[in-house]
Amino acid sequence: MKGVRFWGTRGSLPVALTAQGLHGKLRDVLRAARGQRLDSDADIDRFLAGLPFALAGTYGGHSACVQIDTGGPDYVLCDMGSGLRPFGQAAMTQRAGKPQTFHIFMSHLHWDHIMGLPFFVPAFIPGNRVLIYGSHAELEMALRRQQEPPSFPVGFDTIFEGRVQFVHLSPGVTHEVAGLRVTSMLQRHAGDSYGYRFESQGKVLVYSTDSEHPLADPAHTERFVQFFRDADLVIFDAMYSLADAISVKADWGHSSNVVGVELCQLAGARRLCMTHHEPVFDDAAIEATLAETRRLEEITRSGAPLQVSAAYDGLEIAL
Amino acid sequence: MQIATHQYADTTVVAPAGRIDHLSAAALESALTPLLAEAAARKSALVLDFAGVDYISSVGLRVLMIAARQMRAAQAKLSVAALQSVVAEIFSISRFDKVLVVCPTLETALAQSSDAALTAWRARPA
Repeated sequence: MKGVRFWGTRGSLPVALTAQGLHGKLRDVLRAARGQRLDSDADIDRFLAGLPFALAGTYGGHSACVQIDTGGPDYVLCDMGSGLRPFGQAAMTQRAGKPQTFHIFMSHLHWDHIMGLPFFVPAFIPGNRVLIYGSHAELEMALRRQQEPPSFPVGFDTIFEGRVQFVHLSPGVTHEVAGLRVTSMLQRHAGDSYGYRFESQGKVLVYSTDSEHPLADPAHTERFVQFFRDADLVIFDAMYSLADAISVKADWGHSSNVVGVELCQLAGARRLCMTHHEPVFDDAAIEATLAETRRLEEITRSGAPLQVSAAYDGLEIAL
Repeated sequence: MQIATHQYADTTVVAPAGRIDHLSAAALESALTPLLAEAAARKSALVLDFAGVDYISSVGLRVLMIAARQMRAAQAKLSVAALQSVVAEIFSISRFDKVLVVCPTLETALAQSSDAALTAWRARPA
């Protein structure tokens, strides 16, 4: 397992940078450029590299889709949010002309996690195979239903011609898929969700999104600590502040940066990557949350440091 | 974790000391339960003096959220006072500073509670 690439990091629904938002960034960048030497492209690149990510970049707006680079020939992904569409375009470019196999692990069946499938071009190509893994009994039904009239113009069988298949995973049982040992675990979310622990070549990756943590249940906490145990990377739903997650947004099925840091610290994980960003947050808000979370990790650290990052569309993390 | 309680006129002050984490939060919750019930029944005030608290985890913050909810429903006052710098940062990062009444000192918290409580606290034995 070599690493991961994020294709969709936004929670609940995709968002786009608005003209107003872009204007604000440009104004702040030009303000920062006053007095700077920008004669050559190299000068400009150097100047841009010194700017905060929230100014020079954007966290992006596609909903959940994460690619795992196994180092093998098959593609492995988690979730099929709108980020699956740009992933599909990139995959078509990378290995054009050769039949490909895609293994996709589903956290759950809410729209923001399934909406990319009807636009996943590799599944339209004869010779390719798409294997969708999940623990929900309604897995196939949910994906067929989103392509039924009046919600979508082209039916599931018409567009995919049998290239998309479904594999049921029993939670808690370790399966071998594309060179990875994969174990799923039930999480607390409306309609249930499942986290995944991937292990290969001494590396451990945990994908745990759309998961609420009831703080009064020590057995629940211990279950997640064991699931995250010694992970090289935990991809974690940190959609809300802790205060929101346990008050006005209790039972909404999501978690917080504070709980992410605590679980990773208890589990001895090495890196936490926050994802499923609140759609109303702009880039500055996500960057501020990242800075606060890094500070929280620093002031509560009792063992080895936990590296903290915030996922953005296009982020690659090596394992 | 040590938990001391004091009564100043109509106001109860609860002063835990040490870490409030997944190991000790239940003890705080147990200690608070009867005190909150009594303060809520009397529509009086309860101040959490955090001068001796050097860490609080999400489990501990949950106990405070439940306490605040209970006191609000009873139209009684709850405040947290004298946060150490690390705990103040945890309150800020978790946004608990937005949902709880946080006072810089115990004296300030008692002043917000009632004149009688402040007077009683100032007159306490040295």
